[in-house]
Amino acid sequence: MHWRARVDERHLTRHGRLWTISTVAHTVPFIVAAVVLGALAPVLIPVSLILLAHAWAIPELYAARGAGALRTRTGSGSIPGPGSGPGDSGDSSHAERVAAGLLGDLLDHRPRDLHARTGMVLERGRLGTWVLGDAGALLVRPGGRRVNCYCVKATDSALPRSDRIAHLLLALRSDEIGFATLANVSFSGARWRVRRRLSPPARQALDAAR
Amino acid sequence: MSRLVRMDQTGHTTVAEWTADDPEAIEQAVRAFRSELEQGYYAVVSEGAGHAQHVRELPRDASLVILRRPIAGG
Repeated sequence: MHWRARVDERHLTRHGRLWTISTVAHTVPFIVAAVVLGALAPVLIPVSLILLAHAWAIPELYAARGAGALRTRTGSGSIPGPGSGPGDSGDSSHAERVAAGLLGDLLDHRPRDLHARTGMVLERGRLGTWVLGDAGALLVRPGGRRVNCYCVKATDSALPRSDRIAHLLLALRSDEIGFATLANVSFSGARWRVRRRLSPPARQALDAAR
Repeated sequence: MSRLVRMDQTGHTTVAEWTADDPEAIEQAVRAFRSELEQGYYAVVSEGAGHAQHVRELPRDASLVILRRPIAGG
């Protein structure tokens, strides 16, 4: 990834501001237009409402894309995780149990508990607190108000779910800056906006990342 | 007993085991380690919560060496 600038604290702060400016630039014109139209002619209030709906929906769509980073991927090696349904073979269930055992060995007591409850792993790093899923990660920045969502995954999609998480965990622990540089940002913004788009287990994991 | 394990579709597979006082087992583990790296695996030694080290030679004193695939941005 030599073409990407290495991520650092300053980079993340600047990047977060750019996301905020972008969000404002997407929504303010709709809000202004809605107010102006409504003030000019009350008959245009329905149009104003449509414009306001756009102003609300655009950041929501971005946040939904970001929340997708913690969506559980299904694949040949996945097993029913918290909140998912049946349908996997016995072999993959066995593989997942083996993988979960290895992942558990890498975790302290509390993160292991959280993984058992939510299927996500919490890891504190220099850039903030990470919530790792099997195909993405959330970085809760210091202060807890901003969340960066990253799409990043193990290249072998047939791995059991816990192995895919262990891949991300070990890569993160080996080189957090490299991990954040390699991963693709899908959203950066308010924690509350991402939180309400998450599945209940992922929301629980995010709540633990304070 | 030290172990070299590879994360794969079965959960994980023990590729090699060795003890410090068994040169033959160490030699086998080193060969297996190099072979896995040539196939594109990365080797990592977990050093407790928050820390892991990427290694390019088999650390003979590590109790567990884990082989993982590369990761990529999605």
